[in-house]
Order: sequence, then structure tokens, then C-alpha cells
Amino acid sequence: MHSDRNRSSFGLKLAAAGGLIFMHLPIVLIFVYAFTTEEHSYQWPPPGLTLKWFEAAWNRPDVWEALWLSVRVSTVSTLIALILGSLCAAAVSGSKFFGRETISLLVILPIALPGIITGIALRSAFSLADIPFSFWTIVLGHATFCVVVVYNNAVARFRRLSGSLVEAAMDLGADQFQTFRYVILPNIGTALLAGGMLAFALSFDEVIVTTFTAGQQSTLPIWMLEELVRPRQRPVTNVVAMVVVLVTFLPILAAYYFTRGGSDVEGQGK
Amino acid sequence: MSIAVRFQQVSRHYGAVRAVDDLNLEIAEGEFFALLGPSGSGKTTCLRLIAGFEQPTAGHIEIFGERAEGVPPYLRNVNTVFQDYALFPHLNVIDNVAFGLMVRGVDAKARRKQAEEALELVKLSGFGDRKPGQLSGGQRQRVALARALINRPKVLLLDEPLGALDLKLREQMQDELKSLQKSLNITFVFVTHDQGEALSMADRVAVFNHGKIMQAGTPEDIYQRPHSRFVADFVGSSNLLPPVLVKSVGGPERWASLRPEALSIAPEGQPERARGKVAALTYLGASVRIALDVGGERLTMVLPARGTLPAVGEDVPLHWDDDALHVMEDEK
Repeated sequence: MHSDRNRSSFGLKLAAAGGLIFMHLPIVLIFVYAFTTEEHSYQWPPPGLTLKWFEAAWNRPDVWEALWLSVRVSTVSTLIALILGSLCAAAVSGSKFFGRETISLLVILPIALPGIITGIALRSAFSLADIPFSFWTIVLGHATFCVVVVYNNAVARFRRLSGSLVEAAMDLGADQFQTFRYVILPNIGTALLAGGMLAFALSFDEVIVTTFTAGQQSTLPIWMLEELVRPRQRPVTNVVAMVVVLVTFLPILAAYYFTRGGSDVEGQGK
Repeated sequence: MSIAVRFQQVSRHYGAVRAVDDLNLEIAEGEFFALLGPSGSGKTTCLRLIAGFEQPTAGHIEIFGERAEGVPPYLRNVNTVFQDYALFPHLNVIDNVAFGLMVRGVDAKARRKQAEEALELVKLSGFGDRKPGQLSGGQRQRVALARALINRPKVLLLDEPLGALDLKLREQMQDELKSLQKSLNITFVFVTHDQGEALSMADRVAVFNHGKIMQAGTPEDIYQRPHSRFVADFVGSSNLLPPVLVKSVGGPERWASLRPEALSIAPEGQPERARGKVAALTYLGASVRIALDVGGERLTMVLPARGTLPAVGEDVPLHWDDDALHVMEDEK
């Protein structure tokens, strides 16, 4: 069969559709099972539909506890990442110093490192230093990769921010704070927002590092994992899964739009 | 007249690199002063020392009598037009121009009015709402100028201000900058590697090389009476005469410069200073450039195109005025 350059063959379309369905159908199934009337097993098709699991989830204190812990961990990790990541990006892109590339690599390394290695490393470090597991040990674990996400976003923007802009601001009478407030922040703001949202989303559904640094505490993903092993009101897990998808998907979507819009903020093209 | 900027034995070293080396310089108030030199000669570092982006390794800098070292850029009454203009991409033209007033806490209405006046000064009225990305190179340069002038600086620094503009725009901006400087009566210090620009615009020129000032003076001084081969060579297409040749034409045994337009063919019956063989003729429109072979040296002579011209290969008697042959004091 002959086809135009821009028209793909029927076979390719079919394969692409198959791939997309394979990727997304299981997610739809998770959503559907949140409404099933069958409590103990995943039966297809669902014997009936109900909204009672939403109520059940709402009334489960263990769900609330896990959700609250996750929100706190993600928020604090993101804040730490925003501060450290942008400072680090400013240092690496703003000046030339010995070992700059090495530092850049070391900052990025945690995200390239398998989470299980980060987890084991942190766990043994905590036990060596006799640090008991707490909220802060989880935050520390999450910050390792959150910093990278913010750093990566910010460093790209800092590189495009001409160094003479900062000098121009100071030349015109702006002190360090005013220069940051009126020149640097508006130019890197969307990058920080995008990096922060990605960091939040990453932290919110993190399992591996958390397993090693949480001790007896349950973040929402850990709670879900436990529910799969020892289910109690199985569809409640599905309801929580929907919440997780919403909480992580929306920031990532927003981050995508922010960075896309941010590219024409540069304007000057150099 | 008071001194606007004074450098006393100022050095700025980067490790072993002496960007500015033991420099003395005085720029008078209201002067249009050019720092001229090849790239890496220290002229831009010198400008950045005045702006406060660099601090001297040694020596003292005074701006209107006040010691400047250690004073941050935002506390100096000096403003800069940057080579790449450095306009804030996220602000429109009005907010760019008004930035200096904004950080000083001038209220929004007053600063808008002043910014519009500044834009009028650089002939950019009506462009206030555009973003820098929507302007041409020449317009950006005018915005940068208005933004720097709105603070009413005592000294305006310009870093290769015309470098990024095309030739026609450059000539137009040269005239405008010059008249702007005269009408505002602000001291302008500008950096350039273009000797034509320095000579045509500046009241005085300092020629830089290797972090030192080779010579400072009026454009005429620099052009007619260079102290060294470097200045003669860098500032214009001058003939450099080696000591042997200078001695053979009756001068001291020193290097000398002789401007091409100061050379002429000696009229009949007049004493000749030297003889030269015509090697080539190049027609330049109003004038003709003639390459001469004088005692083994290649000299250039520029003659008006009208009148009788020698032919290639002809041996011609040469004449120049007594003061045209400039012996360079700094060259052995």
C-alpha cells in the first residue's frame, strides 16, 4: 500500500493506539474499581456501581493521617528544594570557579542514582548517626531528589539570564535585594514554580526512598502499598489512588504550561 | 573645571593577568572622553572600575572628588549603557526606562512622566508599551541610553555603544550622542576599539595597550603627534619611518610617523626631501592612494585625484612640511 509522506500506515496507527491503550487502560480500571460494589476481589465487570467507598475513605482516620503526612513532607521538601536548588543554580551559572562542573554533576547525581541506593545509604547513615526515624528523615530523603528537579529548571533559566542584567539593575541604583526582587525573580519565577510543582509531585508519590527513611510512619503511597498486601475495604485504596493522581497530575500539567509560557518571556533572544 | 574621574596608580590584576596596570588618568567634568584600544587592552576593565563592577587591586579612584573604591555600583552617581544594552526582558520600555526611579521610590505617576520625557529625548516617544524583544537594535540602544540618563548621572559610561549597529545607524548615533552630550553637559566616558569613532566623537582620547595608557590627548594630538609606533599604527593609517630612513632625510635617528596626506610631490625647482618609486596607484574617488618605495620602505601617499598624477614605475621627488614628520619620543 502506498501512503503519503505525512500519512502513516494503518498498521502503525493500530500499533500506536494499542500502545496508548496498554499504558492508560489500567489507570482507567483503577478509577472504575473505585465505584465497584464488590469489596474483596477485583471482579470484571464490576457487579454494580456505588459511591459508598468515597464516604468510607472520608471516614477512615488512617487515610487522613497518611494524606496529611504526605502533604507536609512534600511541602517542606519542596520548600527546601526551592531554596537550595535555586541558590545552587545561581552559583553554578553565575560564576566560574574551580570544580564547577563537578559540583553540577554531584547535585544532579541523586536523581540518576537508583532510589533504592539513596534509600539504603540514608538508612545506614541515619542508624550510624543514631538519628531516629521522624518526619524530618522522610523530608531529608525526599529533598535529595527534589533539589535536583528545582536545580535543573532554574539553572537553564539562569544561563539564559544575561549577567549584565544584574549589573544593569545595580548600576541603576537597585541594591542586592531589589535586584533579586525586580530582575532575577521575574526572570526565573516560572522556572522555580515549574520546578517546585514537579518536586512536589515527585515527593508526593515517592515510595522507595520513603520505605527506608519512614520507619513506622505511613505516607499516602506507603499506606496504599500496605493496603494492597492486607486489604480492608479494597475499593477505598482505589479512591485514594484517584486522589493521588489528581494531586500529582495537576501540578505537573501546570508546570508544563508555565515553562511553555516562560520561553517567550526571554524576549531578547540572547 | 573640576575633575570628574581620577585614577591614581590604579591596577586591576586577575591572577597573573594585569588587565589594568598602574594607571593614571584624569577626566574633566563635561568632557566626552574615549577609551580606545584593541580588545584585551584594559579599556573595558577601566570602565567597569568607574561603574563599580570591579574593584581596583591597588591605587585610588575618585569620582568628583569622592573616593570610589569599596562603594557599590548602586551608590555611585554613575550610569552605564551596556554593550548588549542589558534591557530587562520582562519589562516594557517605559518600565525599563523608569527602573532607576522605581528602585529609588519615586511614585508611579512621576516616574512615568519622567520616563516619557527621557524617551522623547532619545526620539522614542510612543514606544513605551513595547517589550525590548519587539525593538530593533538601534531602538534598544536608545532605550538603554534613556534608562541610563533618567538618573541624571554625573558620569555616563558607554561600553562599545555603537558596536552592534550597522554603519549608517552608527554614524547617525555618533552625531546624536555628541549633541546629546553637549546639551546635557554630562561627562561621557566611552569605550571603543574603533579609532574613527573615538577621533570623531571625543574631546580627548586615551589609547590603551596591555593595561596601560600609551597616550592621552585631543584627537588631533593623537592623530598628528603619536608618541609611539603603537599609537601611530592603531590610530590611523600612518607611515612609520624606521630610524635609518629618518636619519637619511635629515632627522634624528629615531622612529617617526608621516601621515599619507602630508606627503606630496615636490614641485619643479623646489628642494626634494626624498625620492620614491611609484609601486601602485589606487583610485579612491576624491583622492588617489599611491604606494611608494622609498629607500626600501613602503610608504603611502594620498593625493587629490585632480591634477597630474605620476605613473607606476616613475621616480618622483617627495615633499613634506617641516612639522609633518613627527619624531616619536617614546620609541628608541
